[in-house]
Amino acid sequence: MKLELNLALKNLFGARLRTLLNVLVLSFSFVIIIFLNSIMDGWDQQAQKDSIEWEFGNGHLINENFDPLDPYTILDGHGKIPEKSVGLTPILDRQASIYPQGRMISIILKGINAEQTILKLPTKILKESKEEFPVIIGKRLAESAKLNKGDRVQVRWRDSKGTYDANTLSIVEVFDSNVPNIDNGKIWIDINKLWEMTTLDNEASYFIVDDQFKNPELSSWNFKSQFALLKSLKDLINQKKTSQSIVYGLLLAIALLAIFDTQILSIFRRQKEIGTYIALGMTRMRVVRLFTIEGSVYSILALIVGSIYGVPFFIYMSKAGFPIPPADQKLGIALADVIYPVYGIRLVLITILTVIICATIVSYLPARKIAKLNPVLALKGKKQ
Amino acid sequence: MKKESIIQVKNASKSYPIAGKEFMALKQINLSLNKGEFAGIVGPSGSGKTTLLNIIGSLDKPSQGDAFVLNKNIKALSHKDAASLRNYHIGFIFQVFNLLPVYTVFENVEFALLLQRNSANERKDAVMRALSWVGLTDHAHKRPDKLSGGESQRVAIARAMVKTPKIVLADEPTANLDSENAHEILKTMKKLNHELGTTFLFSTHDEKVMGYLDRIIHLRDGKIEKDEKNKS
Repeated sequence: MKLELNLALKNLFGARLRTLLNVLVLSFSFVIIIFLNSIMDGWDQQAQKDSIEWEFGNGHLINENFDPLDPYTILDGHGKIPEKSVGLTPILDRQASIYPQGRMISIILKGINAEQTILKLPTKILKESKEEFPVIIGKRLAESAKLNKGDRVQVRWRDSKGTYDANTLSIVEVFDSNVPNIDNGKIWIDINKLWEMTTLDNEASYFIVDDQFKNPELSSWNFKSQFALLKSLKDLINQKKTSQSIVYGLLLAIALLAIFDTQILSIFRRQKEIGTYIALGMTRMRVVRLFTIEGSVYSILALIVGSIYGVPFFIYMSKAGFPIPPADQKLGIALADVIYPVYGIRLVLITILTVIICATIVSYLPARKIAKLNPVLALKGKKQ
Repeated sequence: MKKESIIQVKNASKSYPIAGKEFMALKQINLSLNKGEFAGIVGPSGSGKTTLLNIIGSLDKPSQGDAFVLNKNIKALSHKDAASLRNYHIGFIFQVFNLLPVYTVFENVEFALLLQRNSANERKDAVMRALSWVGLTDHAHKRPDKLSGGESQRVAIARAMVKTPKIVLADEPTANLDSENAHEILKTMKKLNHELGTTFLFSTHDEKVMGYLDRIIHLRDGKIEKDEKNKS
């Protein structure tokens, strides 16, 4: 094997431009595949981290009549906060309408304990504000409703008896979060104020649980763990990864096609050389191995060349990040303005192994033909 | 003292399919060569010289009959055993040199020894010795494209001789050389034949080569027409 490797290296370096082109194409595939995967992994990690910090906490304890995905359950989907509840931050959802600049927009008023620390929402300001009805909103709602910090907006809601009431909300903060679910159409208000407004004292639609929480088996409340809450996000990212694998497949196919083409051409053009190897005492299988190794060595060289320009690129991108166009951030999934790629050992190793194995296979397939070559005709350089 | 026969061809025929018909390249060939002979198969193009050489060199097999080289039946050899026979016991010299273009002169000559898994020191000594036989020690690190035709063929001789094989098969070794180089090459081979006792078998229709041969086997239309000692 060592001899074949040495010969393969000599042959490849001897082939110069042909080798360079194949190596460049393959190294480009290496770099792009690793980079695109690292972006997906970066997005995955960022989205999970943001979702936990801004929305999920350690999990949700949800009223049995409340379904966060079904707005029709908001009206009746709430219940009294259990006694001796530890590690629970109550959230009460109520439907309401706001009227910025004479337009009507349906929103959900989300009552939250202003002193909570489990979520990154800047709720502290709700307690500190001197306004009568201080609220905070996210940048997405602020943008779509054309609202800014310091603005006032009319709000209309129904109390627990179904009676309409209205007042003026003061926007005391516009927060910037990557999680659209807590932003789009949501207005955050101190839960004590919301209890007062709706006469739903001590009621919650669901709770954010923290690490102090130890009793997921409470009657009328269903516990949804952090893992379960993240599942749909992970499923979405995995689906994206699967669709991206088509791109990797195409990239890899182009690079492998170049190697395959070179191998076919080599076996066609280097008949005399193959005949000479056999005449000098190489077995046909060793010649097959030599040509297969030549093809595989492309992937090793591509790895080296890819590292030369890829590693600085990866380091730069891990610092500068990959900017996400604003249009993509409105897709309703947790997507930051900038995604910082994450280069895991597993990702790099899997990519390297995949490329090397594929390169070896596409090198071996045409090289098999050598085993059937007539060495006498090969020595004469006759095409077979 | 009885001479040791190292090549025996018995009733060997070889046919190829050409344009849907069987072409008989060799017809009932009987031939025996002893150790240390300097012989040549002589005949016009298409007479079957190279085919016979290829069978003796275990690159090809007779369609009928047998060929024994160093007591091994070529017809019965597996690819692996045939490769081993060529690697250890048979050296080839080709008309167009067949040097490996990306290797240096040293590496080309070293190649056979690499297949034999000799140590680096053994290989270096053997290669330099072989290059000194052909007077090319100064060209060890050149690539074949920097050599003249005569030099290239001398490298091919060194490559064939470096493993000190029992048999060297030379297929039209002077066909691409000028007269002066051809004589140089032949003198070198004759010297190695004398000094090392290697059996040389040529295929040629070059008059210059014939002058050096001890034995000439005339081949015509796949048959041995005449097998004679060279008196010239």
